[in-house]
Formats: sequence, structure tokens, C-alpha cells
Amino acid sequence: MLNDGKGLTRLKNGGQCTLKTLETAFQKLETLEIEAHLRDDTIPQATPLNHLQRLEAESIHIMREVIAQCENPVMLYSVGKDSSVMLHLALKAFYPSLPPFPFLHIDTGWKFKEMIAFRDRRMKELKLKLLVHTNPDGLEQNINPFTHGSVTHTDIMKTQGLKQALDHYGFTAAFGGARRDEEKSRAKERIFSFRTTSHQWDPKNQRPELWNIYNARISKGQSMRVFPLSNWTELDIWQYIYTEQIQIPELYFAAPRKVVDRGGALIMVDDDRMPLKDGEKPQEKMVRFRTLGCYPLTGAIESSASTLPDIIREVLITKTSERQGRIIDADNGASMEDKKREGYF
Amino acid sequence: MTDQEQIISKDIVSYLKTQKEKSFLRFITCGSVDDGKSTLIGRLLYDSKLVYEDQLNAIKNDSKKFGTQGGEIDFALLVDGLAAEREQGITIDVAYKFFSTSKRKFIVADTPGHEQYTRNMATGASTANLAILLIDARHGIQVQTRRHSYIASLLGIKSIVVAINKMDLADYSQYTFNSIEEDFRSFSKSLGFDHIRCIPISALNGDNITTKSERMPWYQGSCLLQHLETVDVNSNQNDGEFRFPVQWVNRPDLNFRGFSGTIASGQVNVGDEIIVIPSGQKSKVKKIVTMGNDLEYARKHQSVTLTLHDEIDISRGDLICGRSHPAQQSNQIQAHILWMAEKHLFPGRGYLLKTINKTVPATVTSLKHKVNVNDFSKEAGNILKLNEVGLCNIYLDEPIAFDPYSNNRQTGSFILIDRQTNDTVGMGVINFSLRRAANIVWQNTQVGKTQRAEQKHQKPVILWFTGLSGSGKSTIANLVERKLFDIGRHTYLLDGDNIRHGLNKDLGFTDIDRVENIRRISETAKLMVDAGLIVLVAFISPFTAERNDARCTVNKDEFVEIYINTSLEEAEKRDVKGLYAKARRGEIKNFTGIDSEYQAPHAPEIEINTLSLSAEEAAMKIIDYLQKNEFIVRTES
Repeated sequence: MLNDGKGLTRLKNGGQCTLKTLETAFQKLETLEIEAHLRDDTIPQATPLNHLQRLEAESIHIMREVIAQCENPVMLYSVGKDSSVMLHLALKAFYPSLPPFPFLHIDTGWKFKEMIAFRDRRMKELKLKLLVHTNPDGLEQNINPFTHGSVTHTDIMKTQGLKQALDHYGFTAAFGGARRDEEKSRAKERIFSFRTTSHQWDPKNQRPELWNIYNARISKGQSMRVFPLSNWTELDIWQYIYTEQIQIPELYFAAPRKVVDRGGALIMVDDDRMPLKDGEKPQEKMVRFRTLGCYPLTGAIESSASTLPDIIREVLITKTSERQGRIIDADNGASMEDKKREGYF
Repeated sequence: MTDQEQIISKDIVSYLKTQKEKSFLRFITCGSVDDGKSTLIGRLLYDSKLVYEDQLNAIKNDSKKFGTQGGEIDFALLVDGLAAEREQGITIDVAYKFFSTSKRKFIVADTPGHEQYTRNMATGASTANLAILLIDARHGIQVQTRRHSYIASLLGIKSIVVAINKMDLADYSQYTFNSIEEDFRSFSKSLGFDHIRCIPISALNGDNITTKSERMPWYQGSCLLQHLETVDVNSNQNDGEFRFPVQWVNRPDLNFRGFSGTIASGQVNVGDEIIVIPSGQKSKVKKIVTMGNDLEYARKHQSVTLTLHDEIDISRGDLICGRSHPAQQSNQIQAHILWMAEKHLFPGRGYLLKTINKTVPATVTSLKHKVNVNDFSKEAGNILKLNEVGLCNIYLDEPIAFDPYSNNRQTGSFILIDRQTNDTVGMGVINFSLRRAANIVWQNTQVGKTQRAEQKHQKPVILWFTGLSGSGKSTIANLVERKLFDIGRHTYLLDGDNIRHGLNKDLGFTDIDRVENIRRISETAKLMVDAGLIVLVAFISPFTAERNDARCTVNKDEFVEIYINTSLEEAEKRDVKGLYAKARRGEIKNFTGIDSEYQAPHAPEIEINTLSLSAEEAAMKIIDYLQKNEFIVRTES
């Protein structure tokens, strides 16, 4: 630039350069900068992906791997917010194709009425194939959370029901919406989690999972559980729902609902199958749900959060972790690990 | 209420906006057994207010039960999730934890320190951009520090934080800190880290974790969290050349044909000229499709679907590259392999090699040397055991597209899968293509297998006899050959003894030699099939893996496995050559059935039970099979 470098050498050696050389150098510099600027405009530089975009891309990658590697996959759809996010990601992953697999809902018979209505409407709108399975043995024995307790009810209607459905349709891979931040044993579960012919998980004998190379090979009768949301946190889920305007059931938003207080848990009286104790009277309260499951097992929280930003604010400020509203993993620290070994999602 | 909470409650919408702009860092923590990794992560989670109250209560209870801190909160319990780990007080698997600050979101892989968990550390390192190596200030650099540094370097981590922990037990001494830093920098010179930062900390007391410690005023640098928030892990590795591994061909109807995948590196723009590796076909990018809208350009990490201007044949496994700097392709590569299974890696045995989007049968043809992960020295060896690293030459049945791992972690990596169990047994990073691959061109001979077989009026096939020593393999195979010869068929019998005296006289009877023995025989038999012959192979061939490899060397209908089923008792009773007696006396080592395993075939084409059939009857049964399946034509005689 400084006289094609000659000026620079001269300066370095303690010499001088003329004002003219310097002016020309500045002019050259200016032209170069303008050119560089123009170049920037012609070849746009994408900005690095932010955290949510990275998570989204990873989940999409995982879903496509399952389709490419597994013979007969299914996506578990439980109607909750995580399922809603998973569904949204599945639509994105295969666009313009529809997700090339059916959706499976294990209906315990005790879900909130609103969940079922939401589920049927969404599946119809999106033209997706929905399979619903309820454990017929449990139905016959009238298994319910009131007389049999949460543990038996969950095991028979949910865990056994799920195994029945997977066996019945011969699914070789099932997507689940579990996240690693939910619970300690989940933090160590693989994204592609291998299950034996009896659907069991062996936490001590997991396949190493390296880079984003996923080994989904199985023998006859074995299967894979795949968790595309493994690396999402609860806050990520909410933020994504907010950013992408994803539909979720109204139950997540605060509204006046009839509830009874059962040992600190606010249980919504969703239908007349719920036996009320002597003198117990449903009270109308402003409540919402942090997770959705079987209504007798899902405690509501008192809240006035009726918009997504309100909910997110509440999530950020509350210091009670998400699954506490659920009655199943309250017993001991390893309880979810035990359930998962047996085949629970 | 903290400042952040105040912002959240006042103006959640603008808070959400700022959250979107957060960057992202994946890192790994490693160190030796009691260096306090889990405590450090627990502390980061606790101090960044990410522990919920009910979790904290549970941990407080657990601390009393299993805690190592005399009833005080044991932060390690936040991280050590699996029941076995809580009981033993060690971390045996990789645990992923998540936390965020106002600037960045983090995914942490907490990995075990013991040498027997080297593979777990490698797993965590494979997706990390930064490693925190913990060193106990009292002990300085240990063997483990070297091993962890080596693994981090092997897996391509360029940014290192050396967290010199337990400064509280070393009088917060600047001298101690400086000498450890000096040691680390000098030994790690050969490992190619771009960026090393040493920080004196106490995970237990929270010194220099989220705030600067007043107890070490001599330390001028930033605290750990501040460093993690600001360290630039991308500066040295810009997005690179465009690489798009095709995951899935998207064909909703006849009018749309797109290629779905995640951009491994670089950027792609509509109109870019591309080339497909390995096929070499060229085209231009027509559209970058996503659900919301078509994009003008997309970059590294984005999951998109591309359509092209030309109708060219592309499928899963292909790599779409920018035309000016395409990836390499080869079927012979050199790579460092870290072995992750109890069953050893045997050169010669077949595995499946899986890259980001392609799975091909592969054989490690030679182990150049092993690497001592503790002092980085090269050692001779012929097998790789669990947690060992070796430099290997690998032969692939089909060429793959790749870049050297040092250029691209996405397109330069692979895993090895066991063909029987489907387990992931090894991981590899590609160094380069063996130059030979480009030079070997298959001789395109005018006379082929078909012509040779037609000339002999037969269908070439391998009849693979397997069974214990003394089961009657050779006797039956000889009879079958005699019968085939008598009806004018062209045959050759490869027998254990005649091969072992010649071609394979350099091999013994250890597991690794048995594998190589069978590999050579398979290759020989394959050449003979190519020559149009009916090849009879009579070898103990005790391992399923090698018999399957042999099967894979030829076409599906050119391999017939014949299991000569004689129980060990019966074979030992016959003991024609007196070998069992010798083996029982310990005069022969590694004798199949005695001190070396025989794996019976699961589904052989023919099974001969020698207790119920005579050798003659067995031979007739095999001839019948060959006629029924039209290997040989039924003759009048």
C-alpha cells in the first residue's frame, strides 16, 4: 500500500516517506474497505446460531436419523408441552413431507378431558395418524388411582400399557419427550437408549454415544427409545413455545377451576368419578398446571399466569422443580431409575 | 430477589429477547478420582441459582446418608445420578448438566476419572469445545492429568482450562499454583492446544468459581465462570468448507426431491456450485427449504433440506460439498482408534464402520502402534484392549467421503460396531487416506467368474465345514469331494492341516492368530470361487464373527455353512489324533473345547449330527442339498 511495500521498508529502516505516498495509501485503504463492504453485502454472512436454534437443529437431526436407521418408528404423544414441542419439531424435520410415522398415545383413561379434546383436534388439523392404546386388562380390573394408588395405577395403565402397544404394533423405535434436566438418572441416559426384548433399560450397560453418530442397530425383538429433547431444559421448552407460537392445552394457563386440597396437592375435579371425602367440597381457585398427566395424580398450582410470558416469568422465579407436581417420583432418589429400568418412559 | 429476578418480574418480554441472543458452549470436566469434579459442577449449578428448593432438600437428606462432607451439603450428589454411583461415591458414567448465565448457556459433561473409564471421558469430549482439567493443588500433575490431556487433544478440543483445585488445602499458595502451571504448559506442548488458562480455585469453598476470591489476591485473571462466559471457542475454527452429509432423501411426491441433513461445516447459498462425494456428480443449489420459509443461505449446525438444479442420484451416506474444496474419498484410511469394549480389537476381524451418515463393513488391516495414553509414547502391539488407543490402517468395503479429523470433527470421525451384538465397540478419528487407495484399480479382466463357471458347467460355492477337532469334518469333506469329483465337478479341498503347513505356517493358536488364519482362508476360498470352483473348507473355525466374515467375502448364494455337530464328550472319546489327551495334560495350549471357546453356528445351512449319521450318510445329505439348491445338476448315475 505504501508504494507497494517499498515505502514500508524504507520506514522500517528509519527512513521517511512523502506526504503524497501517505495520502495515496489512505485512498487505497478506503477503496479496499468499500470493496470489502460491498463483498459482505453480496455474500451474506449468516450469524452464528443461538442456543435455541442449536437445540432445534440437533433435535431435527436426531429425528431424521431414526427415520433413516429404524424400520418401524413411532412417536409417543402425551399431549403435554414437551410432546407439543416434539410434534412441532417433527413437522419441521420432514417438511415438506409429513412425519413418516404414527403418533401413539397411551391413554390411562384418567387424563384430563381437555387433553383428549386437544389431542384429537391437533391430530386432525395436521392430518397425522394417531394410535390410542389403553391397557385392556387394567380396564377390565377397573384399575384406578383412587383404589389402587398411584404406583399400581401408573405401572399397569402406563408402563404395561406402553409395552403392550409397542409389542402389538412391533415398533422398533419410539420417540419420547424426556429431558435430561428433569431427573438425575435421566441425565445419564443416552439419546438413543437401547431396550432389551422385554423393554428393559440397563443403565450400567449403555452404548457409548459419540459426536452425533447414533448407533440404532438392534436385533429382532429389541428396540430403541429415542429422546430428541434430551438437551433441552424446561426454560428452553417454554421459550421455544413462545418463539414459535406452538399450541399447548389451555390447562397450562391459569383459569378458575374446581379443585380439592389433598395433602397440599390441588387436585382438579375433572369428572364425577372422583370420590369426595366427607365434608370435602371442591373450591374454585385460579390455578394452572405445570405438567399434565392423569388428573387425580397431577397437582395444580395457584397462579394468575394466563399468558406465555407470565408463565415463563413464573417458571423463572419459582424454586420448585417441575416433577414435584407429580406424585410418582417422590419416594426415593433412585425411584425414576428403577421405573426406567422396567420400561417406563 | 436478585437483579435478574427483578428484571424478569418487571419486563419479561424484553428479558426473553435478551435470552435469545445467548451463545452456547459445551464443555467437559475431567480430573483424577478425588479432584472434585462433581463438587465443582454442583457448585456452578448452586451458585448460578439453578438448583430448585426441592432438589436441594433431597440433596440435604442424601448428604446425611451418603455425603462425604460430614453432613454439610455435598454438591457432588447433585451430579452423581445413578444409584450405584451414589453408593460408591464415584462417577462411573457421563452425566450431562445444563446451566446458563446472562451471557451464555452451557452443557457440561461430567466424566469419570479412573483409567477404566477413559472411554466415558472420550464420549464426553467428543461433543465438547472446551475441557476443564482439575488438578489437586497438593499433588500437582498426575498420570491422570496426562491421560485426560491426551484424550482431550485426540478428540480435537483446542481450549483448555486448568483448574488447580483445593487451593484451601495448599495455603492458597501462589508458588504452588505457578509451579503447576509451568509443569502443565511444558508437558502439554506437543498436544496442540490453542488456548490454555490456569485458574486457582477451591470448589468446596467457592473460591474463584463465580466470583473472584479475596483469599488469592495474587491471582490477576478472571474467575472460572467469567472465563467460561467469555472464552471464544470458535475463533480458531471458523466455519470451514461447506460439508452437508445427506441424512435422508425427502420425497413427499413426484414433484419434490430434496436432501435433508445438518450442515457439518461452512455455509451454503442458493446458486452455489456443489459436488457430491464419493460419486463426483455436480450440480447447483436450487433451494434451501425449511418449514417456515425457503432460505437464501444457511450455515454450520443448521438442519435444512436442499434441492438441486439437476436430477442426480444422491442418497444417504453421500456428502455434498462446495465444488472448489471437496472432501476426500477413499476405501483405505489411517485413523486413531480408541477401543471401548471388553472383547479385544483383532486386526483382520470385520466390524461395521459408521460415519455421521454412512455404515460400511470394515477391517482393521494393521495396528501400526499403540499409544500409551499416560506418557504419549508409542508401543508395539497386535491387539487393542478396552480403553487402549492405537494407530490403525483400515480397509473399507466401500469408499467413504471424509476430511481429516483435524480439519473437521464432523466428517472426520467414526464409530466401530460389533456385527454380532450391535454394540458400539470403538471410536476413531481419521488422519488421512492411505495413498495406495487411489492407485489400486481393479483389473478389469475379460474372463470373469461367470465365464469360468460356465466352462465347468457348475455354480461356484464355498462349502464351509465347522466343528470341534475330531468331529469328522475332514472325513466328511473328503467323501463329499470324492463324490463331486466322480460326477465331473471341479473342486478343491482346503484342509486345516495342509494350509497350516504352508500358507499359514507363521500362525499359532492364540485367538488373534485364529482370526488371521480364517481371514486368509476366506480370501483364498474367495479367489477359488472366482476361479469357478466348488471349494470345500474344513476348519474348526470356532468364532461366529470370522465365519460370518467369510460368508461376507462372497455373494449370498455362494456360501453354505455345514455344522458338523459332535459333542465335546464324543469328540474327546474318539480322539483320533490323541490331541484331546495332550490338551488335558496341558501339553497343548488354546485347544478348542478345552481352554479355547467354540461358538456353535446359530443357523447353518446344513447341520450334521454325527451320532445319528454315518460319514457316508452325511456326505449324501450334503450332495442332496447341493442338488436341491441347484449348485450341481442331478446326474443320471
